[in-house]
Amino acid sequence: MNIHEHQGKELLRRYGVAVPDGQACFTVDEAVAAASRLGFPCVVKAQIHAGGRGKAGGVKLVRSVAEVRAAAEALLGKTLVTVQTGPEGRVVRRLLVEQGCAIARELYLGMVVDRASGRVTVMASTEGGVEIEEVAAHAPEKILRETIDPAIGLAPYQARRLAFGLGLAKEQVGKAVGFMAALARCFVETDCSLAEINPLVVLASGDVLALDAKIGFDDNGLFRHPDLRELRDATEEDPRETEAAKHDLSYIALDGNIGCMVNGAGLAMATMDIVKGAGGLPANFLDVGGGASTERVRAAFRILLSDANVRAIFINIFGGILRCDVLAEGVVQAARDEALRVPLVVRMEGTNVDQGKKILADSGLDIITASDMLDGARKAVAAARRP
Amino acid sequence: MSVLVDRSTRVVTQGITGATGQLHTRLCREYGTQMVAGVTPGRGGTAFEGIPIFDTVDQAVRATGATASVIYVPPAGAADAIMEAADAGLPLVVCITEGVPVLDMVRVKRFLDGRLTRLIGPNCPGIITPGECKIGIMPGYIHKPGRVGVVSRSGTLTYEAVHQLTLLGIGQSTCIGIGGDPIIGTGFVDVLRLFRDDPGTAAVIMIGEIGGSAEEEAAAFIQAEMKKPVVGLIAGQTAPKGKRMGHAGAIIAGGKGTAAEKMAAFRQAGVTLAPSPAELGATMQAVLRKGGLLQ
Repeated sequence: MNIHEHQGKELLRRYGVAVPDGQACFTVDEAVAAASRLGFPCVVKAQIHAGGRGKAGGVKLVRSVAEVRAAAEALLGKTLVTVQTGPEGRVVRRLLVEQGCAIARELYLGMVVDRASGRVTVMASTEGGVEIEEVAAHAPEKILRETIDPAIGLAPYQARRLAFGLGLAKEQVGKAVGFMAALARCFVETDCSLAEINPLVVLASGDVLALDAKIGFDDNGLFRHPDLRELRDATEEDPRETEAAKHDLSYIALDGNIGCMVNGAGLAMATMDIVKGAGGLPANFLDVGGGASTERVRAAFRILLSDANVRAIFINIFGGILRCDVLAEGVVQAARDEALRVPLVVRMEGTNVDQGKKILADSGLDIITASDMLDGARKAVAAARRP
Repeated sequence: MSVLVDRSTRVVTQGITGATGQLHTRLCREYGTQMVAGVTPGRGGTAFEGIPIFDTVDQAVRATGATASVIYVPPAGAADAIMEAADAGLPLVVCITEGVPVLDMVRVKRFLDGRLTRLIGPNCPGIITPGECKIGIMPGYIHKPGRVGVVSRSGTLTYEAVHQLTLLGIGQSTCIGIGGDPIIGTGFVDVLRLFRDDPGTAAVIMIGEIGGSAEEEAAAFIQAEMKKPVVGLIAGQTAPKGKRMGHAGAIIAGGKGTAAEKMAAFRQAGVTLAPSPAELGATMQAVLRKGGLLQ
């Protein structure tokens, strides 16, 4: 789960990470009031779950009430297209109004769970304001790394090594070490998957501050942070993905016209691939999970059919825990309830497959059955092409 | 022959009183696995269908001589369950649980450092040596004893591969689902090393997916150390960037971990790529014929 910059900064502040004073605003008047309280100059920042806002005109420096009003009016409700949003962009529904600061240096600091080492890695770079992937591709030697031992936490010597490595003056090193220690503690205690401070700035005064904050949480850890779950902004997510999550379904919308319903993430990806291989395009990724009930299968069906692009549905199930008879029951009920408007291709294998096939055959529904995955994909592609 | 589990493996179920634990303990026993004990704290002294239940893994191991554990404990307690099993000295721990927080796994990996316990999973279907021992949630009947090792990050896609092999009359030595999470106990390279050293395994099917670099590391190992033929598949060629495809570990992050990169690594390592997920069995059949391993 991702959160907005202003939410990330509020969280960091609680952990003692230095951030600029600022306030989240949902209206122009709120923005004006916030700026008046903070004093000028200040910065008005569009809050969307995507980077590249500065270059896209989503961050404005303002020096007067008239300017903050103009900036807030221009940004609120505007669709911001950045390098990370895709061409459709994102609607700006909230702003962060923040005090301006005199920046001496821009640096990068990030923490991620490193899969290869199985530990949290801290990355720091003098290339602040640049995407870290870009630095990794062009100047990998400029990225400093420290791996955190989970039994110890980020050791002070590691933070010092990074701070000196960034070329910080000795009076700034202590501040940077405190900053990193607080960030590391926040990362671990709130089950972060990513914490990126880009840029981390050194002010003219010598203070070290998080000018931006991109925080992501491990969805699997959210059960122990009910307060963080409240930070979810549904308007930043695909409504079908949100609806699917309510039913414990894993759904991701794609551009094609063949709706896919599969059990298991690997098989679901493989099904998308084989549909493409058969000359079609998948409309979605959908994993109904191992323990799918009849009710969950029906919910999955509803979500697939809510996509207007879908011209055919391909159900590909290898029953392990999910029994084919349970699946077939759900498909039959859903097809009756949801007024099936597109051809339905079913490929079933595994536990109770014969009972499942019988349920489909006895239903009287017009279901195209497939002998294997490839056969199913071909039949779905052909069905989607029918006028 | 096989790797890690066989007829002699004695299994304790952690979380045996939950619905999932009960169902799969029963199914594994029906398959022929020696299910010797269960653990649920506070339920010690009772039994599940004749299988004695203990309060702690340590008690279960001492009383029954269990050599492996399977974990169906819910996510909040799964990491603790793994550590308890390791502390009891079990050489093999299979964690089926999906949804374990990744930072819990960071701590678990640290805990396992220097111990002899091998962890498989979490978020995996388990491990099976056909005809001998099934630990996990895979449907037993699709398997057939034989000489092809199967290793995969996916559950149902593994079943797909196994089913195709069995329909062609090709049996399996051992099939291992290593799990779809970003941090797992046993990786591809660990399993490939076991298959390399197992005289009962003649060839390997390896199924990877987008995200991380485990497939690239496996390809490097295959190129350097595997003489046995390997058939490969990478799921997620059509997956968009930056989206988590069901598995917590299946995500193309920062442009890295794409199917194209992994397939290129496989090709370079001499792995025979299956043209589609429906042709895993047929591809293995052709490879075995070519190598004179199948008439």
